[in-house]
Amino acid sequence: MKTADFLSLTGSSLLAHRLRSLLTALGIAVGIGAVVLLTSIGEGLQQFVLAQFTQFGTTIVAVNPGKATTAGTSAGVFGTERPLTIEDAIALEQLPYARAVVPFVQGNAAVEYAGLSRRTTIYGAGPAMPEAFRMAVAIGGFLPEDDPTAPRALAVLGSKLRGELFRDENSLGRRITIAGSRFRVVGVMAAKGTVLGFDLDDTVYIPAARAMSLFNVNGLIEIDVMYDEDTKVETVVEGIRRVLTARHGRDDVTITTQQQMLDVLGGVLDVLTFAVAAIGSVSLLVGAIGIVTIMTIAVNERRNEIGLLRALGARQSQVLSLFLGEAIVLAAAGGLAGLLLGTGLGQLLQFAIPALPVQPSLFYVVLAESIAITIGLLAGVLPARRAARLDPVEALRAE
Amino acid sequence: MIELSHIDRHFQVGDQRVKALDDINLHIGAGEYVSIMGPSGSGKSTLLNLIGLLDRPSAGSYRLDGTDVTALSDVEQAQVRNSQIGFVFQMFHLVPRLTAAENVALPLLLAGMTAEARQPLVASALEALGMADRSHHRPEQLSGGQRQRVAIARATVTKPRVLLADEPTGNLDQKAGGDVLAILEGLVDAGITLIMVTHDPAMGGRAQRQLAMRDGRLVSDEQGSPHGDP
Ligand SMILES: Nc1ncnc2c1ncn2[C@@H]1O[C@H](COP(=O)(O)OP(=O)(O)O)[C@@H](O)[C@H]1O
Ligand SMILES: [Mg+2]
Repeated sequence: MKTADFLSLTGSSLLAHRLRSLLTALGIAVGIGAVVLLTSIGEGLQQFVLAQFTQFGTTIVAVNPGKATTAGTSAGVFGTERPLTIEDAIALEQLPYARAVVPFVQGNAAVEYAGLSRRTTIYGAGPAMPEAFRMAVAIGGFLPEDDPTAPRALAVLGSKLRGELFRDENSLGRRITIAGSRFRVVGVMAAKGTVLGFDLDDTVYIPAARAMSLFNVNGLIEIDVMYDEDTKVETVVEGIRRVLTARHGRDDVTITTQQQMLDVLGGVLDVLTFAVAAIGSVSLLVGAIGIVTIMTIAVNERRNEIGLLRALGARQSQVLSLFLGEAIVLAAAGGLAGLLLGTGLGQLLQFAIPALPVQPSLFYVVLAESIAITIGLLAGVLPARRAARLDPVEALRAE
Repeated sequence: MIELSHIDRHFQVGDQRVKALDDINLHIGAGEYVSIMGPSGSGKSTLLNLIGLLDRPSAGSYRLDGTDVTALSDVEQAQVRNSQIGFVFQMFHLVPRLTAAENVALPLLLAGMTAEARQPLVASALEALGMADRSHHRPEQLSGGQRQRVAIARATVTKPRVLLADEPTGNLDQKAGGDVLAILEGLVDAGITLIMVTHDPAMGGRAQRQLAMRDGRLVSDEQGSPHGDP
């Protein structure tokens, strides 16, 4: 049988039952559409989150006190670990490839100015923070290079907090009160927006040593080290570990590289995208069952035709491929419609909610169409085999 | 050409064994015009299907032109059906969604012939049956007699040597039935071997050779006068 004849025979039987073929293909279209749309959203979300995460730079290593175990808690096998101190941060600055070292303490406190009060997040940080995290100062300057162990009581405001406390007033040089202590404002950060749920603009940055005494803690929660791009991250991790082990008498810190964070995040997001694709696949399964059903009905209805074809000299394999062809054409057409449906809805969604990133992934698009064709093949194979194996005499006698 | 010896065909229905054909011995030469008559259920269709390689015997041998065709594979049997045998059925069995011309083209298409190559063959087959002007009509737009003529065109478009007709006029009125019979007899005159099942003695009596069946057995085999007597 010539391919053109094969296609026209297949087409004629699908067109003979237009509505039925349409509805069956629609089942696949909805499934493929769902997979394409959901994975587009998942992929867009993934890229969005990664972009959010990497905006602070990728050459950063975080040092936290305590040894993280696989359970994620501090082991404390040798009693309580030693706290991370300002002196530790100063020592890390001596590493040749350390471009910026930022000690961190975090707490919540009321910030007051001229009778206005606002409870907000206080970050104890170091002067290198804007460089390390690619953050810009809008007005004035960031915390100056004071003696890190005895810095002056200076503060830099997040743009939102500045607005809340000072309105249109100039804030530079003004004195604010944080948890009862007075600080002089030396700068205002450029607006940064929220990152992964944290409002970076509703904050105050003060020197880490000041924050430690304010919150009455004896250790930092983290030291971030930004290193030279040319240096291998393993070298940096090794150097930090050597310095701190020497200072603490043992290795009692957890060092996390940006790559590790990205890997964890990427892993989570991959699972998310996969889960979403799995949900879409359920509707695909429903579509596949539709094809099996309709092809089984078709084989039953067309037993006379099958018997006739066999009498006219059709081989079993020809009958098989005719019915298989119909199932595949149904699924492939449905798949194509589903691709259009999915990407179309994605565009529409993107238009309606610009904040929601939609990123159609070529990988998933190709995968979806291949899945559609495979579904046609699998769904068609049983009915088609039944057709091919019909006894021609009985098929001809069927009513 | 057709040699059947000691052919049995039985069916298992529940725990009962139905002997549809019981020790059939039959030789049919090329160009013969044979009618098979007998009461309903006597095995006529079963015999015809067996000769047409749509069915296999339970026992016995069937030689077609000297080759044992029961031993052929499914693919080889399909090939023989396609090139050497034509079928005409009581129920016409036209594919409803295809036009007359497309129905007639089916056996050629299955054999892998291109559309250009089969077009003249289809046209002349329809022409020979007076259906040229109906080639683009679908079966539902044709009368019973016209449908059977399209079916005969389809059975003869491959120029088969044997034409098997199972009650070809069973669904037709007197007039259309007479026309179809005349067409079939015209094919005999042109050299085809015709084996026709019928339960109408007047029709069966027109054949040169008349077989009668009862309970799966051949009970008589008579030579009659060519094309009966007017
Ligand atoms: N597939 C089958 N299963 C069981 N019995 C069958 C089958 N085909 C035919 N028969 C039986 O074989 C006998 C002959 O049938 P058939 O050849 O159709 O008779 P006829 O054509 O002479 O009316 C009948 O008794 C019929 O019931
Ligand atoms: Mg019969």
